[in-house]
Amino acid sequence: MLELFQYQFMQRALIAAVLVSISCGVVGSYVVIKKIVSLSGAISHAAFGGVGLGYFLGVNPVLAAIPFSIISAISIGGVKQITNISEDTAIGILWSVGMAIGVIFINLTPGYAPDLFSYLFGSILTVSNTDLYIMFVLDLVIIAIVFLFRREFLAVSFDEEFSNVVGLHALLVYMLLLSLVALSVVVLIKVVGVILLIALFTIPAAISKQYTYNLRNLMILATILAIILTSLGLILSFIFNLASGATIVMVLASAFLISYYIKG
Amino acid sequence: MTLKAVEINHLSIKFNEQLILNDINFSIEEKDFMAIIGPNGGGKTTLLKVILGILTPDEGKVKVFGKDPKKAKDLMGYLPQRLDFDHDFPINVFETVLMGRYHGLLKKYSNQDHKAVIQALKDVEMDELKDRQISKLSGGQMQRVFIARAIVRDPKLLIMDEPMASIDPEMQHSFYELMSRLKNKMAIVLVSHDVGAVSTHVDKIACLNQKLYYHGPVEDSAEGLEEVYHCPIELISHGIPHRVLKEH
Repeated sequence: MLELFQYQFMQRALIAAVLVSISCGVVGSYVVIKKIVSLSGAISHAAFGGVGLGYFLGVNPVLAAIPFSIISAISIGGVKQITNISEDTAIGILWSVGMAIGVIFINLTPGYAPDLFSYLFGSILTVSNTDLYIMFVLDLVIIAIVFLFRREFLAVSFDEEFSNVVGLHALLVYMLLLSLVALSVVVLIKVVGVILLIALFTIPAAISKQYTYNLRNLMILATILAIILTSLGLILSFIFNLASGATIVMVLASAFLISYYIKG
Repeated sequence: MTLKAVEINHLSIKFNEQLILNDINFSIEEKDFMAIIGPNGGGKTTLLKVILGILTPDEGKVKVFGKDPKKAKDLMGYLPQRLDFDHDFPINVFETVLMGRYHGLLKKYSNQDHKAVIQALKDVEMDELKDRQISKLSGGQMQRVFIARAIVRDPKLLIMDEPMASIDPEMQHSFYELMSRLKNKMAIVLVSHDVGAVSTHVDKIACLNQKLYYHGPVEDSAEGLEEVYHCPIELISHGIPHRVLKEH
């Protein structure tokens, strides 16, 4: 069992699991308490458009996904203020249009796009050092923003209307929060893929929320839980030779059922 | 001459081409305790939001203590109508009230803010429950916490949207007791669609249904509301949401 960790790809995978868990624990807590799970799902699928764009332009697809997912996050946040399109409708549109753009860009790219599947369903075992650096820097950015704007994020998550009354620009803060979701999506994209990553946003925070009423503790607990569960999923996927992203999601889902049963 | 808490001249506002408020003129004096009554959809909440500076009027002028409402935020406290937020939200009583002291981006809450929170919680008799998670409160306690959040800035004007909607009828008495203590310190405006419930407690009434029908003191008697208020009483249905056509 221990010889597992002698493989370099396995070491990288475990580091990736930790880096992913940090952004999931921190941003996922907001996603769960602000109830923007489906919105985050839309942002993650839209990010695939950025991946396609990256292939087309010949740049790192993960990096190309950053501006792409931030722009989609901000536009979805602003849509109900500026137009009379409901957020729900905007989510549905962005969700599929982002994917469609990604597929079209990949169609237009000469040659064969070999690891497309890994961006859809994740491939933690093929994470490169460059990917790890990107994830690490994004994690730092996320933590710094959350630390600086924790008061604003809390106020807007709790009561947007009142935030406006005390002179906080709730819409801008909301858009910043959605941009954080977008950055986390980029952190997660290589590990679990755009289709599965919403489970990592939701499940660790949802489990932890049953055990604490303090946001900071919620973030810490969700991060620790995410580290344990993703590592477990990773090891199980290796032992049973299963797809890593899917195995991680199933481990998370089982943990959620167990905790719900214990609590409920 | 003392400065008026609120002064509104020829205010009109539209949503999607529909006139919500039409040529409103009225004022709130310092230390007034006023109820704005009228049917659902009559523009009461819109009027409050204009005073709070959340909405900008299409026409007319609004002054709060002589200032533009957006610049008078520190002088106003607000109790929103909807208190049915996520009850599992990870926040306790103290943190909830502290949000009322928000100063601006990147600015910390000071010791003074913490003291103000404790004082506001004492004012509403909730200081003993300051560490409690908000979902563990009763409806009446929760409302007190939100009133504390509204008054924690020491406002000169307290604005409450349908405060009766979120509490049981038995708790109304203690609510008005709290108001009678607060009204020495600040002007209070509350909105209600239920004239019967408020008229015995407030000093002044404004009757609003797109236009302002009446604005002035309440008489001791609650009888003959129609004559007293010059306000078509059938407009003020008791809890039955319906829209009433303009008078011809």
